[in-house]
Amino acid sequence: MPTDYWQTLRLTLALASCTTVLLLLLGLPLAYVLAHSRSRLRPLAEAVVSLPLVLPPTVIGFYLLLAFSDSTALGRFLIEKLGLSLNFSFPGILVGSLVYSLPFMVQPLQAGFQQLPRSLTEAAYTLGKSRLTTLRRVLLPNMKPALLNGAVLTFAHTLGEFGVVLMIGGNLPGRTRVASIAIYDEVQSLQYDQANAYAGTLLAVAFAILVALYWFSKKDAAHLS
Amino acid sequence: MIDFHLTKALHTAAGPRTLDVALTLAPGELLALSGPSGAGKTTLLRMLAGLTRPDSGFLRVEGQLWYDQASRQWLPPQRRPLGFVFQDYALFPNMTVRENLAFAASDQSGAAQLVSELLELLELTELAGRRPSALSGGQQQRVALARALARRPRLLLLDEPLSALDLPTRLRLQQALGEVHRQYKLTTVLISHDPAEIARLADRVVELDLGQVRRVGPPVAVAAPATVAGRVLAVLPGGRLRVQLPGGAEVEVSGTAGVGEEIALAVVYQ
Repeated sequence: MPTDYWQTLRLTLALASCTTVLLLLLGLPLAYVLAHSRSRLRPLAEAVVSLPLVLPPTVIGFYLLLAFSDSTALGRFLIEKLGLSLNFSFPGILVGSLVYSLPFMVQPLQAGFQQLPRSLTEAAYTLGKSRLTTLRRVLLPNMKPALLNGAVLTFAHTLGEFGVVLMIGGNLPGRTRVASIAIYDEVQSLQYDQANAYAGTLLAVAFAILVALYWFSKKDAAHLS
Repeated sequence: MIDFHLTKALHTAAGPRTLDVALTLAPGELLALSGPSGAGKTTLLRMLAGLTRPDSGFLRVEGQLWYDQASRQWLPPQRRPLGFVFQDYALFPNMTVRENLAFAASDQSGAAQLVSELLELLELTELAGRRPSALSGGQQQRVALARALARRPRLLLLDEPLSALDLPTRLRLQQALGEVHRQYKLTTVLISHDPAEIARLADRVVELDLGQVRRVGPPVAVAAPATVAGRVLAVLPGGRLRVQLPGGAEVEVSGTAGVGEEIALAVVYQ
């Protein structure tokens, strides 16, 4: 395999891994608040979180491209004050992936929180445990399937990302060129063998991830029920 | 001593009502709450625990204000030294029996010894390594009681702890509850629908209906079990019998007898 194959694959995996880890950290508090909120604004927040499910990726990519550019106040702030030039860079496509995959993390986690009986939380409170201890020792260990589901779906979904990355990252080898864009690129230049190498790898990885997911959730369900 | 006057709007089947209860509990007293569903029993218990916020009133436990609307005081449930036994037990599925107790006792001094003591008191030592999903209803209830005690509470609140259990298990657990109450002298509030259970355990009973106190006083004495004659119609699997009572009604009971035999059935009021 040529070096740019490995380079592209490494970049793709790095993007998916970073997105999954960061979204776990961001998605947990967000899902916790959404699951327990009784605010009238909750449907609004849920709609915002779910938007990336229904929007064309190019729309997300387009607005992020604008937001990161020096033609907007936010973009100028990022570039001039923080020195962050996000367009056509790895951090830029990472931010794009975080937005794009947000619902794939938040929705399973929110459902996981909502499925736990309220009395588990209340029992921990009457035993003198803080919210954080209750979350760490009682809630999270009892929603492992939801955690696994969110992480795996986010990872797999980011692996297959195309539109958002293309809009804000372009196709720079080693910097923003991920596997799905490489496939398109190789096909455009009639390199079907190269395209096949990328496509076959993505197919195998996606399948293996899903098999692992169903395998583990079955084992976990048997153990918790 | 515990005294309170708590009110809360209730949404009952008969329309909106106000739960309004004022009571004083002596130290070590076991008070039973009884009444039809929707009377506000669970809401009252949850307000004592701090799981539901009252609309107004106060709650004072051993001189300390846990809630006072006038001076805007509110002690969150975490800071109220109480034990709460939930109707659905609410055991933590990810922890073994021992871990459930250890988690509850983790802020106490001598936690390990306290856990062993409670496991022994409630006959759970042999089940200590099991997870709640591998326990029967009665066993789960004993764990829930042991866990509530592991925090060394000063007030024990029991929300229909025995209602979902079969009669023999319930009788054994009533004994365990009585034992626990004698040993720890805990001020206890117990929700129960079972007059026999109340008579056996409680010092006083409060009957609630639609949010109001209907009666406060000693438990009504329950007659000693009477017997009634019955004729065995069929022997069922699992040591069960189908029996016809005088008057034609049919019941299922545990026991051994042959078809057509006349047997005596003990009647338990509940």
